[in-house]
Amino acid sequence: MNILVFAEQRDSKFKKSAFEAVSTGRTLADQSGGTCTAIVIGHNVTGIAAELAAYGATEVLVVDSPRTEQHAGGAWAAAIVQAAKAGRADIVLLSATQMGKDIAPRIAVGLDAGLGADCTALRVENSDVIASRPIYAGKAITEIKVKTPVKVFSIRPNVFSVKNTGGTAAVKPFNAELTDADFAAVVTGTKVASGRPDVAEADIIVSGGRGLKGPEHYHLIEELADVLHAGVGASRAVVDAGWRQHDEQVGQTGKTVSPSLYIACGISGAVQHLAGMSSSKYIVAINKDKDAPIFQIADYGIVGDVFEILPELTSRLKETLGQ
Amino acid sequence: MKIAVCINHVPDTETKIKVAGDNVSIDKAGVNYMLSPYDEFGIEEALRLREKFTGEVVAISLGGDANKDTLRKALAMGVDKAVHLKDDAVRDSFGVAFALAEELKAYGPEIIFFGKQSIDYDNGQVGTLVAAMLGLPSVNVVVKLEVGGDGTAVCEREIEGGHETVQVKLPAVITAQKGLNEPRYPSLKGIMAAKNKPIETKSAAAATVRVETLSMKRPPAKSAGKIVGTDKSAVPELIRLLHEEAKVI
Repeated sequence: MNILVFAEQRDSKFKKSAFEAVSTGRTLADQSGGTCTAIVIGHNVTGIAAELAAYGATEVLVVDSPRTEQHAGGAWAAAIVQAAKAGRADIVLLSATQMGKDIAPRIAVGLDAGLGADCTALRVENSDVIASRPIYAGKAITEIKVKTPVKVFSIRPNVFSVKNTGGTAAVKPFNAELTDADFAAVVTGTKVASGRPDVAEADIIVSGGRGLKGPEHYHLIEELADVLHAGVGASRAVVDAGWRQHDEQVGQTGKTVSPSLYIACGISGAVQHLAGMSSSKYIVAINKDKDAPIFQIADYGIVGDVFEILPELTSRLKETLGQ
Repeated sequence: MKIAVCINHVPDTETKIKVAGDNVSIDKAGVNYMLSPYDEFGIEEALRLREKFTGEVVAISLGGDANKDTLRKALAMGVDKAVHLKDDAVRDSFGVAFALAEELKAYGPEIIFFGKQSIDYDNGQVGTLVAAMLGLPSVNVVVKLEVGGDGTAVCEREIEGGHETVQVKLPAVITAQKGLNEPRYPSLKGIMAAKNKPIETKSAAAATVRVETLSMKRPPAKSAGKIVGTDKSAVPELIRLLHEEAKVI
């Protein structure tokens, strides 16, 4: 099967999830005896295209023009549809970032394809691709099959590994034919929040709940997060109380996260919160209440006071990590 | 202004999901259903736009008869009309979008709201699929919306680590993220008035299945972890375990 992978870049820098997508495309191509081509869209991005060779793309198509300086979902999708048709792609693969989630359905309609969205596993089985995807915020997992001849899949960030296989790629400009209608929704500006990794992409997350007792104590969470270069998360209670912004909320009506390490501090572990973080590789819980449900899914726990434990953890990690 | 809101009827977030005997759906016994939370932000935003520009808000929901409960909630919040596209079978995202798009073509709204994802299947596709099928632009994960009177809107949407501003030409599809607004509670007056607002039931346009569910399972249960200690003296051991055993730091 021929795989076309959309590799997301922002400010001429690839997201780590783009490397995950290319690596996954390479794996699918190898499993099915096909090719892995990547596509990059933007302005002044030709220079970074060759980076994707390391992750297994043997060809990188580049749409590089002033018109595609600012992101426009319609234009990005149209370009990818054209490239998929030109290259007879059987599968279009993207990372399920906010951008990926925006353009994947458009690509699917453009190719008369079914879309398996936000998948956590993909495998080739004869001429099919079987995907796993969580539902009910991870309370159940489904295996799905896309029945159309061309298939679109988006993969959850931070779940698939980045595989540096080395190799070379032919970088080719791709002439996408874009109309004004493709630019009917266009980005006009960007605001960066904190400079910390977003919880949806972070490899380590330190998260706080009502046990922190007030917004004035949340610096304990932030200080620990900064030592670990981690993202900062929050329970719904803390967001609803106005202590933290919604983009930090982890849970069924917040973000579903899959870090290598999730440190839950002063979080009791309501069903909805667990749904959002239970697929973390390792979970640490710090809570005064030994009966808090969070301890049922934690790998390691300290039944103690966050006000005592967090500063100790932060200062000892600073020493250990030489900061 | 004609505004449409597409809404879904889903198991509430307290539900402990169990898989039904067919292994491809959930066991509905004892499950309480609710309006999908992100859709509620869509309803509220539609009502605010009607307050600003005058016009009409229609709520549309595809599913079995139970979906009428969710449509009634929308009517009680203040939506003018409700349309129930009836289908008892579970559809994939494409099937839902196709039927909604057919209905929306006839209605011709200026703005169509969806929740950013439905909290049952978490596909997050339907809103954008409908936009693509109707040839409309769309903006997803919207936390702020300003509609000018000039046929354009400015949205703020969430991206990883920040926000971006998007300018969009109407008509357009907007998918709502938490933070877009604070949804109103239906007033008693609204609940009473809703009883007189009809829910129009139509059959949902048939569609082929593009994505098939092969199986559904609970995730593997986690084995018990270890309590490392009860005070700050446990911290060095925790760090050691994370470094040597888990190898995550």
